[in-house]
Amino acid sequence: MIHFENVGLRYGMGPEILRDMTFDIPKRSFQFLTGPSGAGKTTLLRLLFMSLHPTRGIIHMFGRDLSQIPRAELPMLRRRVGIVFQDFRLLDHLTTYENVALPLRVRGKEESSYRNDVIELLKWVGLGERINVLPAVLSGGEKQRAAIARALMDQPEILLADEPTGNVDPPMARRLLNLFLELNRLGTAVVIATHDLALMDQVDARRMILTEGRLDIYE
Amino acid sequence: MNELSRPKATKSAQSQKPESEQQAQPAGQKQARRVEMRVRPTAPILPPSNIQGNALMVVIAIMAFLACLTLGAVSMVRATASSWQSQISREITIQIKPDDGLDMNAALKKARDLALTFVGTREGTIMDESATARLLEPWLGTGLNLADLPVPRLVIVTIDEKNPPDFAGMRDLLKTEIPQAFLDDHRTWVDRLVSMAHTTVLIGMGVLVLVFTAMILTVIFATRGALSGNRHIVEVLHFVGAESSFVAGEFQKHFLKISIKGSAAGGALAAAMFAIANMWQANSLATPESDQASALFGSFTIGMGGYLGIFATMIVIALLTTLTARFTVMRTIDEIDLIRSDPARSDGLSAS
Repeated sequence: MIHFENVGLRYGMGPEILRDMTFDIPKRSFQFLTGPSGAGKTTLLRLLFMSLHPTRGIIHMFGRDLSQIPRAELPMLRRRVGIVFQDFRLLDHLTTYENVALPLRVRGKEESSYRNDVIELLKWVGLGERINVLPAVLSGGEKQRAAIARALMDQPEILLADEPTGNVDPPMARRLLNLFLELNRLGTAVVIATHDLALMDQVDARRMILTEGRLDIYE
Repeated sequence: MNELSRPKATKSAQSQKPESEQQAQPAGQKQARRVEMRVRPTAPILPPSNIQGNALMVVIAIMAFLACLTLGAVSMVRATASSWQSQISREITIQIKPDDGLDMNAALKKARDLALTFVGTREGTIMDESATARLLEPWLGTGLNLADLPVPRLVIVTIDEKNPPDFAGMRDLLKTEIPQAFLDDHRTWVDRLVSMAHTTVLIGMGVLVLVFTAMILTVIFATRGALSGNRHIVEVLHFVGAESSFVAGEFQKHFLKISIKGSAAGGALAAAMFAIANMWQANSLATPESDQASALFGSFTIGMGGYLGIFATMIVIALLTTLTARFTVMRTIDEIDLIRSDPARSDGLSAS
Protein backbone atom coordinates (compact mmCIF):
# COMPACT_ATOMS: atom_id res chain seq x y z
CA MET A 1 0.00 0.00 0.00
CA ILE A 2 2.86 2.37 0.91
CA HIS A 3 6.43 1.91 -0.25
CA PHE A 4 9.48 4.01 0.72
CA GLU A 5 12.72 3.55 -1.15
CA ASN A 6 15.98 5.22 -0.06
CA VAL A 7 14.05 8.14 1.31
CA GLY A 8 16.07 10.87 2.99
CA LEU A 9 15.00 14.19 4.44
CA ARG A 10 16.76 17.25 5.77
CA TYR A 11 15.28 20.56 6.92
CA GLY A 12 16.90 23.53 5.19
CA MET A 13 20.67 23.13 5.19
CA GLY A 14 20.67 21.05 8.39
CA PRO A 15 21.72 17.41 8.81
CA GLU A 16 19.59 14.58 7.47
CA ILE A 17 16.77 13.84 9.90
CA LEU A 18 15.83 10.65 8.05
CA ARG A 19 18.31 8.54 6.10
CA ASP A 20 17.94 5.74 3.54
CA MET A 21 14.45 4.72 4.60
CA THR A 22 13.33 1.64 2.70
CA PHE A 23 10.22 -0.12 3.93
CA ASP A 24 6.64 -1.08 3.12
CA ILE A 25 3.40 -0.60 4.99
CA PRO A 26 1.26 -3.53 3.82
CA LYS A 27 -2.51 -3.46 3.75
CA ARG A 28 -4.25 -4.43 7.02
CA SER A 29 -0.91 -4.37 8.87
CA PHE A 30 -0.35 -3.16 12.43
CA GLN A 31 2.93 -1.58 13.49
CA PHE A 32 4.49 0.61 16.10
CA LEU A 33 6.89 3.37 15.10
CA THR A 34 9.18 4.09 17.98
CA GLY A 35 12.45 5.74 18.90
CA PRO A 36 13.80 8.40 21.22
CA SER A 37 12.45 11.96 21.16
CA GLY A 38 13.82 13.87 18.17
CA ALA A 39 14.48 10.67 16.20
CA GLY A 40 12.11 11.82 13.42
CA LYS A 41 8.88 9.93 14.19
CA THR A 42 6.63 12.91 13.49
CA THR A 43 8.61 13.76 10.36
CA LEU A 44 8.13 10.20 9.11
CA LEU A 45 4.39 10.41 9.86
CA ARG A 46 4.24 13.70 7.93
CA LEU A 47 5.89 11.95 4.99
CA LEU A 48 3.34 9.13 5.26
CA PHE A 49 0.54 11.71 5.30
CA MET A 50 1.98 13.40 2.16
CA SER A 51 2.26 16.62 4.11
CA LEU A 52 5.99 16.77 3.46
CA HIS A 53 8.07 15.91 0.41
CA PRO A 54 11.30 13.94 0.86
CA THR A 55 14.64 15.52 -0.01
CA ARG A 56 15.56 12.34 -1.86
CA GLY A 57 14.23 8.87 -2.58
CA ILE A 58 10.94 7.57 -3.90
CA ILE A 59 7.61 7.24 -2.12
CA HIS A 60 4.77 5.22 -3.59
CA MET A 61 1.37 5.89 -2.03
CA PHE A 62 -1.45 3.56 -2.99
CA GLY A 63 0.51 2.49 -6.08
CA ARG A 64 1.34 6.01 -7.28
CA ASP A 65 4.70 7.78 -7.30
CA LEU A 66 4.24 10.75 -4.97
CA SER A 67 6.58 12.97 -6.98
CA GLN A 68 4.32 12.55 -10.03
CA ILE A 69 1.10 13.54 -8.26
CA PRO A 70 -0.02 17.15 -8.82
CA ARG A 71 -0.47 19.14 -5.59
CA ALA A 72 -4.15 19.70 -6.31
CA GLU A 73 -4.73 15.93 -6.18
CA LEU A 74 -3.06 15.45 -2.78
CA PRO A 75 -6.17 16.24 -0.67
CA MET A 76 -8.00 13.41 -2.47
CA LEU A 77 -5.19 11.00 -1.64
CA ARG A 78 -4.98 12.25 1.96
CA ARG A 79 -8.62 11.29 2.39
CA ARG A 80 -7.49 7.67 2.24
CA VAL A 81 -5.31 8.28 5.30
CA GLY A 82 -6.60 9.03 8.80
CA ILE A 83 -4.37 10.86 11.23
CA VAL A 84 -4.50 11.28 15.02
CA PHE A 85 -2.32 13.59 17.10
CA GLN A 86 -1.16 13.60 20.68
CA ASP A 87 -2.76 17.04 21.16
CA PHE A 88 -6.03 15.82 19.55
CA ARG A 89 -6.49 18.94 17.35
CA LEU A 90 -10.23 19.12 17.89
CA LEU A 91 -11.94 22.41 17.05
CA ASP A 92 -13.03 23.97 20.33
CA HIS A 93 -16.17 25.64 18.99
CA LEU A 94 -17.57 22.42 17.50
CA THR A 95 -19.29 19.64 19.46
CA THR A 96 -17.94 16.08 19.52
CA TYR A 97 -20.46 15.20 16.81
CA GLU A 98 -19.44 18.14 14.60
CA ASN A 99 -15.72 17.44 15.06
CA VAL A 100 -16.15 13.81 14.10
CA ALA A 101 -18.36 14.70 11.12
CA LEU A 102 -15.80 17.23 9.82
CA PRO A 103 -14.17 14.91 7.21
CA LEU A 104 -17.57 14.26 5.63
CA ARG A 105 -18.52 17.91 5.82
CA VAL A 106 -15.41 18.99 3.90
CA ARG A 107 -16.32 16.45 1.23
CA GLY A 108 -19.55 18.38 0.73
CA LYS A 109 -21.90 15.69 2.05
CA GLU A 110 -25.34 16.59 3.38
CA GLU A 111 -25.63 16.38 7.15
CA SER A 112 -28.73 14.20 6.96
CA SER A 113 -26.82 11.63 4.88
CA TYR A 114 -24.19 10.96 7.56
CA ARG A 115 -25.89 11.79 10.88
CA ASN A 116 -26.63 8.18 11.80
CA ASP A 117 -23.18 6.96 10.77
CA VAL A 118 -21.48 9.59 12.95
CA ILE A 119 -23.67 8.75 15.94
CA GLU A 120 -22.99 5.02 15.47
CA LEU A 121 -19.25 5.64 15.26
CA LEU A 122 -19.34 7.82 18.38
CA LYS A 123 -21.17 5.02 20.20
CA TRP A 124 -18.57 2.57 18.93
CA VAL A 125 -15.72 4.59 20.45
CA GLY A 126 -17.71 5.01 23.67
CA LEU A 127 -18.77 8.62 23.22
CA GLY A 128 -22.46 7.96 22.64
CA GLU A 129 -23.38 10.10 25.63
CA ARG A 130 -20.99 12.95 24.73
CA ILE A 131 -22.29 13.79 21.28
CA ASN A 132 -23.35 17.37 21.98
CA VAL A 133 -20.46 18.26 24.26
CA LEU A 134 -17.73 20.77 23.40
CA PRO A 135 -14.11 19.52 23.60
CA ALA A 136 -13.38 21.72 26.61
CA VAL A 137 -15.69 19.52 28.68
CA LEU A 138 -14.18 16.21 27.51
CA SER A 139 -11.46 14.32 29.39
CA GLY A 140 -8.13 13.57 27.70
CA GLY A 141 -9.23 10.03 26.86
CA GLU A 142 -12.54 11.21 25.47
CA LYS A 143 -10.80 13.83 23.34
CA GLN A 144 -8.45 11.21 21.96
CA ARG A 145 -11.35 8.87 21.17
CA ALA A 146 -13.14 11.75 19.42
CA ALA A 147 -9.96 12.43 17.42
CA ILE A 148 -9.72 8.74 16.51
CA ALA A 149 -13.38 8.68 15.48
CA ARG A 150 -12.76 11.74 13.29
CA ALA A 151 -9.79 10.00 11.65
CA LEU A 152 -11.94 6.91 11.00
CA MET A 153 -15.02 8.72 9.82
CA ASP A 154 -14.36 8.38 6.11
CA GLN A 155 -13.11 4.79 6.32
CA PRO A 156 -9.39 5.40 5.71
CA GLU A 157 -7.21 2.59 4.43
CA ILE A 158 -4.50 3.47 6.91
CA LEU A 159 -4.55 5.21 10.27
CA LEU A 160 -1.51 7.16 11.48
CA ALA A 161 -1.42 7.95 15.20
CA ASP A 162 1.22 10.27 16.62
CA GLU A 163 1.70 9.53 20.36
CA PRO A 164 -2.03 8.80 20.76
CA THR A 165 -1.62 7.73 24.38
CA GLY A 166 0.73 10.56 25.35
CA ASN A 167 -1.93 12.53 27.20
CA VAL A 168 -3.95 9.75 28.82
CA ASP A 169 -3.50 7.49 31.87
CA PRO A 170 -2.45 3.81 31.47
CA PRO A 171 -5.97 2.32 31.68
CA MET A 172 -7.19 4.72 29.00
CA ALA A 173 -4.07 3.98 26.94
CA ARG A 174 -5.02 0.29 27.12
CA ARG A 175 -8.58 1.08 25.98
CA LEU A 176 -7.29 3.16 23.07
CA LEU A 177 -4.92 0.37 22.07
CA ASN A 178 -7.86 -2.03 22.06
CA LEU A 179 -9.68 0.39 19.81
CA PHE A 180 -6.75 0.43 17.36
CA LEU A 181 -6.51 -3.36 17.43
CA GLU A 182 -10.24 -3.71 16.80
CA LEU A 183 -9.93 -1.28 13.93
CA ASN A 184 -7.03 -3.24 12.47
CA ARG A 185 -9.01 -6.48 12.86
CA LEU A 186 -11.70 -4.84 10.73
CA GLY A 187 -9.17 -4.18 7.95
CA THR A 188 -7.49 -0.81 8.46
CA ALA A 189 -3.69 -0.62 8.48
CA VAL A 190 -2.44 1.11 11.64
CA VAL A 191 0.83 2.93 12.38
CA ILE A 192 1.22 4.09 15.98
CA ALA A 193 4.14 6.38 16.74
CA THR A 194 4.99 6.04 20.42
CA HIS A 195 7.88 5.76 22.83
CA ASP A 196 5.68 4.04 25.42
CA LEU A 197 7.39 0.65 25.81
CA ALA A 198 4.70 -0.63 28.18
CA LEU A 199 2.09 -0.02 25.50
CA MET A 200 4.11 -1.82 22.82
CA ASP A 201 4.73 -4.78 25.12
CA GLN A 202 1.00 -5.40 25.28
CA VAL A 203 0.83 -6.37 21.62
CA ASP A 204 2.91 -8.65 19.51
CA ALA A 205 3.23 -6.39 16.50
CA ARG A 206 5.75 -5.19 13.97
CA ARG A 207 8.12 -2.56 15.40
CA MET A 208 9.78 0.15 13.33
CA ILE A 209 12.55 1.67 15.42
CA LEU A 210 14.05 5.01 14.43
CA THR A 211 17.51 5.76 15.76
CA GLU A 212 19.52 8.78 14.62
CA GLY A 213 17.58 8.96 11.38
CA ARG A 214 17.90 5.27 10.51
CA LEU A 215 15.09 2.76 10.58
CA ASP A 216 15.27 -0.82 11.86
CA ILE A 217 12.27 -3.06 11.47
CA TYR A 218 11.50 -6.01 13.75
CA GLU A 219 8.72 -8.19 12.37
CA MET B 1 -12.42 1.21 0.48
CA ASN B 2 -12.58 -0.87 3.55
CA GLU B 3 -16.24 -1.33 4.34
CA LEU B 4 -15.56 -3.16 7.58
CA SER B 5 -13.50 -0.49 9.27
CA ARG B 6 -16.51 1.42 10.46
CA PRO B 7 -19.88 0.32 11.84
CA LYS B 8 -22.54 1.25 9.31
CA ALA B 9 -25.73 0.17 11.03
CA THR B 10 -26.92 -0.27 14.57
CA LYS B 11 -26.71 -4.06 14.47
CA SER B 12 -23.21 -4.21 13.11
CA ALA B 13 -22.12 -1.40 15.40
CA GLN B 14 -23.32 -3.22 18.45
CA SER B 15 -21.67 -6.45 17.38
CA GLN B 16 -18.40 -4.69 16.52
CA LYS B 17 -18.12 -2.60 19.66
CA PRO B 18 -14.80 -2.99 21.46
CA GLU B 19 -15.10 -5.17 24.54
CA SER B 20 -14.69 -2.14 26.77
CA GLU B 21 -17.77 -0.59 25.23
CA GLN B 22 -19.95 -3.67 24.92
CA GLN B 23 -23.12 -3.26 26.90
CA ALA B 24 -26.12 -5.50 26.95
CA GLN B 25 -29.25 -3.42 26.46
CA PRO B 26 -32.81 -4.49 25.97
CA ALA B 27 -34.16 -3.75 22.52
CA GLY B 28 -36.80 -1.33 23.82
CA GLN B 29 -34.24 0.68 25.75
CA LYS B 30 -32.01 0.86 22.66
CA GLN B 31 -34.91 2.19 20.65
CA ALA B 32 -35.60 4.81 23.31
CA ARG B 33 -31.93 5.87 23.33
CA ARG B 34 -31.99 6.22 19.53
CA VAL B 35 -34.95 8.60 19.69
CA GLU B 36 -33.15 10.74 22.28
CA MET B 37 -30.09 11.23 20.03
CA ARG B 38 -30.47 14.75 18.83
CA VAL B 39 -27.76 17.06 17.60
CA ARG B 40 -27.77 20.83 17.55
CA PRO B 41 -27.91 22.65 14.19
CA THR B 42 -24.46 22.37 12.66
CA ALA B 43 -22.21 25.24 13.73
CA PRO B 44 -20.08 27.03 11.10
CA ILE B 45 -16.57 25.64 10.72
CA LEU B 46 -15.24 29.17 11.00
CA PRO B 47 -16.83 30.93 13.99
CA PRO B 48 -17.98 34.47 13.08
CA SER B 49 -16.30 35.79 16.23
CA ASN B 50 -12.93 34.63 14.88
CA ILE B 51 -13.02 37.21 12.10
CA GLN B 52 -12.60 40.82 13.11
CA GLY B 53 -15.43 41.87 10.83
CA ASN B 54 -16.66 45.13 12.36
CA ALA B 55 -13.69 47.27 11.36
CA LEU B 56 -13.71 45.74 7.88
CA MET B 57 -17.45 46.35 7.57
CA VAL B 58 -16.96 50.05 8.44
CA VAL B 59 -14.13 50.33 5.89
CA ILE B 60 -16.29 48.69 3.20
CA ALA B 61 -19.21 50.97 4.12
CA ILE B 62 -16.99 54.06 3.78
CA MET B 63 -15.60 52.82 0.46
CA ALA B 64 -19.11 52.03 -0.82
CA PHE B 65 -20.30 55.48 0.32
CA LEU B 66 -17.42 57.20 -1.50
CA ALA B 67 -17.89 55.07 -4.63
CA CYS B 68 -21.65 55.74 -4.73
CA LEU B 69 -21.08 59.45 -4.03
CA THR B 70 -18.62 59.61 -6.91
CA LEU B 71 -21.00 57.75 -9.19
CA GLY B 72 -23.90 60.01 -8.21
CA ALA B 73 -21.81 63.17 -8.62
CA VAL B 74 -20.63 62.05 -12.06
CA SER B 75 -24.18 61.26 -13.14
CA MET B 76 -25.35 64.65 -11.77
CA VAL B 77 -22.64 66.62 -13.58
CA ARG B 78 -23.33 64.74 -16.79
CA ALA B 79 -27.04 65.50 -16.53
CA THR B 80 -26.38 69.19 -15.81
CA ALA B 81 -23.83 69.51 -18.61
CA SER B 82 -26.19 67.79 -21.02
CA SER B 83 -29.04 70.13 -20.04
CA TRP B 84 -26.79 73.19 -20.50
CA GLN B 85 -25.59 71.81 -23.79
CA SER B 86 -29.11 71.32 -25.14
CA GLN B 87 -30.18 74.78 -23.92
CA ILE B 88 -27.23 76.47 -25.54
CA SER B 89 -27.35 74.55 -28.78
CA ARG B 90 -31.05 75.43 -29.20
CA GLU B 91 -30.15 79.06 -29.96
CA ILE B 92 -27.69 81.10 -31.96
CA THR B 93 -26.85 84.76 -31.43
CA ILE B 94 -26.18 87.48 -34.00
CA GLN B 95 -24.17 90.29 -32.52
CA ILE B 96 -24.06 93.69 -34.28
CA LYS B 97 -21.40 96.16 -33.25
CA PRO B 98 -22.28 99.85 -33.40
CA ASP B 99 -20.56 101.78 -36.17
CA ASP B 100 -20.61 105.28 -37.54
CA GLY B 101 -23.48 105.70 -39.93
CA LEU B 102 -25.03 102.34 -39.01
CA ASP B 103 -28.77 102.35 -38.39
CA MET B 104 -28.77 99.83 -35.57
CA ASN B 105 -32.50 99.12 -35.56
CA ALA B 106 -32.58 98.54 -39.30
CA ALA B 107 -29.49 96.37 -39.10
CA LEU B 108 -31.04 94.27 -36.33
CA LYS B 109 -34.22 93.72 -38.33
CA LYS B 110 -32.26 92.91 -41.46
CA ALA B 111 -30.07 90.43 -39.62
CA ARG B 112 -33.12 88.72 -38.10
CA ASP B 113 -34.86 88.51 -41.49
CA LEU B 114 -31.75 87.17 -43.20
CA ALA B 115 -31.33 84.51 -40.53
CA LEU B 116 -34.95 83.44 -40.79
CA THR B 117 -34.58 82.81 -44.53
CA PHE B 118 -32.48 79.76 -43.70
CA VAL B 119 -34.10 76.35 -43.31
CA GLY B 120 -33.76 75.14 -39.69
CA THR B 121 -34.41 78.45 -38.00
CA ARG B 122 -37.62 78.88 -36.04
CA GLU B 123 -37.90 82.27 -34.45
CA GLY B 124 -35.85 85.48 -34.26
CA THR B 125 -36.00 87.90 -31.31
CA ILE B 126 -34.28 91.26 -31.22
CA MET B 127 -33.07 91.98 -27.71
CA ASP B 128 -34.44 95.44 -27.00
CA GLU B 129 -32.58 98.20 -25.23
CA SER B 130 -34.03 97.50 -21.79
CA ALA B 131 -33.16 93.79 -22.03
CA THR B 132 -29.61 94.69 -23.17
CA ALA B 133 -29.32 97.12 -20.25
CA ARG B 134 -30.44 94.37 -17.82
CA LEU B 135 -27.80 92.13 -19.29
CA LEU B 136 -25.12 94.69 -18.50
CA GLU B 137 -26.54 95.65 -15.09
CA PRO B 138 -24.20 93.44 -13.03
CA TRP B 139 -21.18 95.27 -14.44
CA LEU B 140 -22.38 98.81 -15.25
CA GLY B 141 -25.20 99.32 -12.75
CA THR B 142 -28.74 100.59 -13.22
CA GLY B 143 -29.93 103.67 -15.18
CA LEU B 144 -27.71 102.91 -18.13
CA ASN B 145 -28.25 104.92 -21.31
CA LEU B 146 -27.22 102.70 -24.19
CA ALA B 147 -27.01 105.61 -26.59
CA ASP B 148 -23.99 106.91 -24.65
CA LEU B 149 -22.03 103.70 -25.01
CA PRO B 150 -20.91 101.65 -28.04
CA VAL B 151 -22.70 98.56 -26.83
CA PRO B 152 -23.29 95.75 -29.34
CA ARG B 153 -26.89 94.60 -29.80
CA LEU B 154 -28.11 91.04 -30.09
CA VAL B 155 -30.58 89.04 -32.14
CA ILE B 156 -31.45 85.65 -30.66
CA VAL B 157 -32.52 83.03 -33.19
CA THR B 158 -33.95 79.72 -32.03
CA ILE B 159 -33.13 76.78 -34.23
CA ASP B 160 -34.30 73.25 -34.85
CA GLU B 161 -31.68 71.14 -33.00
CA LYS B 162 -32.39 68.10 -35.13
CA ASN B 163 -32.15 69.98 -38.39
CA PRO B 164 -29.81 72.94 -37.77
CA PRO B 165 -29.35 75.65 -40.42
CA ASP B 166 -26.22 76.10 -42.54
CA PHE B 167 -24.16 78.19 -40.09
CA ALA B 168 -21.32 78.84 -42.54
CA GLY B 169 -23.70 80.06 -45.25
CA MET B 170 -25.53 82.26 -42.75
CA ARG B 171 -22.25 83.67 -41.47
CA ASP B 172 -21.10 84.51 -45.04
CA LEU B 173 -24.40 86.13 -45.96
CA LEU B 174 -24.45 88.25 -42.81
CA LYS B 175 -20.87 89.36 -43.37
CA THR B 176 -21.71 90.44 -46.90
CA GLU B 177 -24.96 92.20 -46.03
CA ILE B 178 -24.05 93.63 -42.61
CA PRO B 179 -20.27 93.78 -42.11
CA GLN B 180 -20.74 94.70 -38.40
CA ALA B 181 -22.67 91.47 -37.71
CA PHE B 182 -21.05 88.48 -36.07
CA LEU B 183 -22.77 85.08 -35.80
CA ASP B 184 -22.13 83.08 -32.63
CA ASP B 185 -23.44 79.48 -32.85
CA HIS B 186 -22.13 78.70 -29.29
CA ARG B 187 -20.00 75.86 -30.66
CA THR B 188 -17.07 76.88 -28.47
CA TRP B 189 -19.25 76.71 -25.35
CA VAL B 190 -20.79 73.42 -26.34
CA ASP B 191 -17.37 71.94 -27.04
CA ARG B 192 -16.12 73.15 -23.66
CA LEU B 193 -19.12 71.65 -21.89
CA VAL B 194 -18.72 68.33 -23.65
CA SER B 195 -15.03 68.22 -22.76
CA MET B 196 -15.85 69.24 -19.15
CA ALA B 197 -18.41 66.44 -18.91
CA HIS B 198 -15.88 63.95 -20.31
CA THR B 199 -13.20 65.16 -17.89
CA THR B 200 -15.64 64.85 -14.97
CA VAL B 201 -16.52 61.30 -16.00
CA LEU B 202 -12.82 60.42 -16.31
CA ILE B 203 -12.05 61.91 -12.88
CA GLY B 204 -15.01 59.99 -11.45
CA MET B 205 -13.78 56.75 -13.01
CA GLY B 206 -10.31 57.42 -11.61
CA VAL B 207 -11.74 57.97 -8.12
CA LEU B 208 -13.80 54.77 -8.46
CA VAL B 209 -10.72 52.79 -9.51
CA LEU B 210 -8.79 54.20 -6.52
CA VAL B 211 -11.64 53.40 -4.14
CA PHE B 212 -11.95 49.85 -5.47
CA THR B 213 -8.18 49.33 -5.35
CA ALA B 214 -8.03 50.55 -1.74
CA MET B 215 -10.93 48.28 -0.88
CA ILE B 216 -9.35 45.22 -2.52
CA LEU B 217 -6.07 45.85 -0.68
CA THR B 218 -7.96 46.26 2.62
CA VAL B 219 -9.79 42.98 2.03
CA ILE B 220 -6.50 41.21 1.19
CA PHE B 221 -4.97 42.41 4.49
CA ALA B 222 -8.13 41.48 6.40
CA THR B 223 -8.26 38.02 4.80
CA ARG B 224 -4.62 37.33 5.55
CA GLY B 225 -5.23 38.45 9.13
CA ALA B 226 -8.27 36.20 9.40
CA LEU B 227 -6.31 33.26 7.97
CA SER B 228 -3.49 33.86 10.38
CA GLY B 229 -5.91 34.05 13.33
CA ASN B 230 -7.59 30.82 12.24
CA ARG B 231 -4.46 28.89 11.31
CA HIS B 232 -5.34 26.06 13.70
CA ILE B 233 -8.67 25.55 11.91
CA VAL B 234 -6.96 25.62 8.50
CA GLU B 235 -4.48 23.00 9.78
CA VAL B 236 -7.27 20.70 11.00
CA LEU B 237 -9.09 21.10 7.67
CA HIS B 238 -5.85 20.16 5.92
CA PHE B 239 -5.57 17.00 8.01
CA VAL B 240 -9.13 15.91 7.27
CA GLY B 241 -8.50 16.24 3.53
CA ALA B 242 -10.11 19.59 2.73
CA GLU B 243 -9.27 21.14 -0.61
CA SER B 244 -8.18 24.78 -0.68
CA SER B 245 -11.40 25.66 -2.53
CA PHE B 246 -13.43 24.32 0.41
CA VAL B 247 -11.43 26.36 2.93
CA ALA B 248 -11.73 29.40 0.66
CA GLY B 249 -15.49 28.84 0.53
CA GLU B 250 -15.70 28.93 4.34
CA PHE B 251 -13.86 32.27 4.49
CA GLN B 252 -15.78 33.55 1.49
CA LYS B 253 -19.12 33.07 3.31
CA HIS B 254 -18.00 35.37 6.11
CA PHE B 255 -16.58 38.02 3.84
CA LEU B 256 -19.72 37.96 1.68
CA LYS B 257 -21.87 38.69 4.75
CA ILE B 258 -19.53 41.46 5.90
CA SER B 259 -19.31 43.03 2.44
CA ILE B 260 -23.07 42.88 1.82
CA LYS B 261 -23.74 44.63 5.15
CA GLY B 262 -20.96 47.20 4.58
CA SER B 263 -21.79 48.02 0.96
CA ALA B 264 -25.54 48.16 1.73
CA ALA B 265 -24.91 50.62 4.57
CA GLY B 266 -22.56 52.80 2.48
CA GLY B 267 -24.77 52.71 -0.63
CA ALA B 268 -27.95 53.41 1.34
CA LEU B 269 -26.27 56.35 3.05
CA ALA B 270 -25.17 57.80 -0.30
CA ALA B 271 -28.63 57.28 -1.83
CA ALA B 272 -30.26 58.88 1.24
CA MET B 273 -27.89 61.84 0.96
CA PHE B 274 -28.86 62.45 -2.67
CA ALA B 275 -32.56 62.02 -1.87
CA ILE B 276 -32.38 64.48 1.06
CA ALA B 277 -30.42 67.03 -1.02
CA ASN B 278 -32.97 66.68 -3.80
CA MET B 279 -35.86 67.17 -1.37
CA TRP B 280 -34.18 70.20 0.18
CA GLN B 281 -33.61 71.71 -3.26
CA ALA B 282 -37.24 71.06 -4.25
CA ASN B 283 -38.55 72.60 -1.03
CA SER B 284 -36.37 75.68 -1.13
CA LEU B 285 -36.85 76.74 -4.75
CA ALA B 286 -36.08 80.40 -5.51
CA THR B 287 -34.26 80.94 -2.19
CA PRO B 288 -30.71 82.38 -2.31
CA GLU B 289 -29.24 79.18 -0.75
CA SER B 290 -30.92 76.91 -3.27
CA ASP B 291 -29.98 79.16 -6.20
CA GLN B 292 -26.38 79.19 -5.03
CA ALA B 293 -26.31 75.40 -4.68
CA SER B 294 -27.96 74.97 -8.08
CA ALA B 295 -25.45 77.33 -9.68
CA LEU B 296 -22.57 75.38 -8.13
CA PHE B 297 -23.76 71.79 -8.45
CA GLY B 298 -26.79 71.90 -10.71
CA SER B 299 -29.79 69.81 -9.75
CA PHE B 300 -29.27 67.14 -7.08
CA THR B 301 -31.58 64.80 -8.96
CA ILE B 302 -29.74 61.61 -9.94
CA GLY B 303 -32.82 59.87 -11.29
CA MET B 304 -33.67 56.17 -11.39
CA GLY B 305 -30.51 55.51 -13.41
CA GLY B 306 -28.39 57.02 -10.64
CA TYR B 307 -30.08 54.94 -7.92
CA LEU B 308 -29.68 51.82 -10.07
CA GLY B 309 -26.02 52.76 -10.46
CA ILE B 310 -25.67 52.98 -6.67
CA PHE B 311 -27.32 49.56 -6.33
CA ALA B 312 -24.99 48.14 -9.01
CA THR B 313 -22.00 49.64 -7.17
CA MET B 314 -23.11 47.90 -3.97
CA ILE B 315 -23.32 44.56 -5.81
CA VAL B 316 -19.94 45.11 -7.46
CA ILE B 317 -18.35 45.92 -4.08
CA ALA B 318 -19.88 42.81 -2.46
CA LEU B 319 -18.68 40.61 -5.35
CA LEU B 320 -15.22 42.19 -5.43
CA THR B 321 -14.80 41.68 -1.69
CA THR B 322 -15.95 38.07 -1.84
CA LEU B 323 -13.80 37.17 -4.84
CA THR B 324 -10.78 38.95 -3.35
CA ALA B 325 -11.22 36.99 -0.11
CA ARG B 326 -11.57 33.73 -2.05
CA PHE B 327 -8.48 34.24 -4.20
CA THR B 328 -6.44 35.50 -1.24
CA VAL B 329 -7.34 32.43 0.84
CA MET B 330 -6.62 30.02 -2.01
CA ARG B 331 -3.31 31.67 -2.75
CA THR B 332 -2.28 31.85 0.90
CA ILE B 333 -3.24 28.21 1.51
CA ASP B 334 -1.25 27.17 -1.54
CA GLU B 335 1.72 29.13 -0.16
CA ILE B 336 1.30 27.49 3.28
CA ASP B 337 1.01 24.07 1.64
CA LEU B 338 4.09 24.68 -0.45
CA ILE B 339 6.17 25.83 2.50
CA ARG B 340 4.85 23.03 4.74
CA SER B 341 5.67 20.35 2.19
CA ASP B 342 9.09 21.67 1.26
CA PRO B 343 11.67 20.63 3.88
CA ALA B 344 14.16 23.12 2.42
CA ARG B 345 11.79 25.96 3.40
CA SER B 346 10.45 24.38 6.58
CA ASP B 347 12.10 24.98 9.94
CA GLY B 348 11.30 21.46 11.08
CA LEU B 349 9.85 22.65 14.39
CA SER B 350 7.11 20.12 14.23
CA ALA B 351 9.54 17.26 13.74
CA SER B 352 10.43 15.05 16.65
